[in-house]
Amino acid sequence: MSVAHAAPVVPENLSWSGGSEPLKASYGKLMMWFFLLSDTFTFSALLVTYGMIRFSQPAWQGTPDTFYFSTTHWPIPEKVFEAVPFLHGMSLPLVFVGIMTFILIASSVTMVLAVEAGHRGDRKDVEKWMLWTIVGGFTFLGSQAWEWTHFIHGPEDLSLAAKQLIDGVITPIEGANLVRNPYGPPAFADLFFFITGFHGTHVFSGVILNILIFFNAATGVYQRRGHYEMVEKVGLYWHFVDLVWVFVFTFFYLV
Amino acid sequence: MASHVAHETSEKEIPAPQTAAIWKTFWILLVLTAIEFVIAFTLPASTLRVAIFSGMTIVKAFYIVGEFMHLKHEVKSLIWMILIPTIFVVWLLTALMYEGGHLY
Repeated sequence: MSVAHAAPVVPENLSWSGGSEPLKASYGKLMMWFFLLSDTFTFSALLVTYGMIRFSQPAWQGTPDTFYFSTTHWPIPEKVFEAVPFLHGMSLPLVFVGIMTFILIASSVTMVLAVEAGHRGDRKDVEKWMLWTIVGGFTFLGSQAWEWTHFIHGPEDLSLAAKQLIDGVITPIEGANLVRNPYGPPAFADLFFFITGFHGTHVFSGVILNILIFFNAATGVYQRRGHYEMVEKVGLYWHFVDLVWVFVFTFFYLV
Repeated sequence: MASHVAHETSEKEIPAPQTAAIWKTFWILLVLTAIEFVIAFTLPASTLRVAIFSGMTIVKAFYIVGEFMHLKHEVKSLIWMILIPTIFVVWLLTALMYEGGHLY
């Protein structure tokens, strides 16, 4: 049909069928906010569980230098996470987690730059910054894969691992799983796998969404549509993933 | 700068990027994370250290949600819709951490 549309007072993307922009936000953005709020509850449930279990287990009473791995006390995170790729055998506590945090914050910045470019209708810049965001996401996922592999493998020197009793013989625990781990109480590894795993799954779906957005931007879908609001909506999700990592970093690795 | 060159397929000229606020937020987040590292290796573990880390995390969350997610510039009722449930969740987290200490 060739009915000419009169220019609406409110841009198409900012009006709902029942009226124009409740809360001055488009339908899609508002629903993304509500989804993120519900996702906050899910992650909070994991962090609440972590807080409760951690404080119900005995903490290490001595100084960090005399610390040893044992199932009778909760491990100090900086003693568990001290390895960095390519720097084998060196003790660099929390350095790799710091790099991962930096990667995620940086990819959040490139995402806002993509959103900003979208506001200006600058297709080239949207493509460029979306690509950088995707690269950042994949780098983070790769780092997490390395971190998990290292964690599951356990300490290189088996005499450092926590001990367990098998047939009356005290044996060091080899490798981490959901039942036992060489670092401390079983709940420690369980919470590590569940919290960083659930976050990693979010990062992975975020990267997939970012690739879709990049593809649409590159093929000119948003230019024909007249606005880049999809970049903003997926951007909200991506920043949320960064936000969750900020909390995981503090509560799992620092405290 | 590529942004000054009008795009082939669009008639109107693309305005220059406004990224000063974005980079400022980036540096704030980076410096806060660096300070967290310094504290992690200088201050012995204590309730005070946990409080400092939690406070700094909330400041970082404020910048990510406020600036990157643009919530600071939304209407007031939307801000409260997001904030109030979150405050209750933070309370639940604090309360159960405290209760956990009594389980042991």
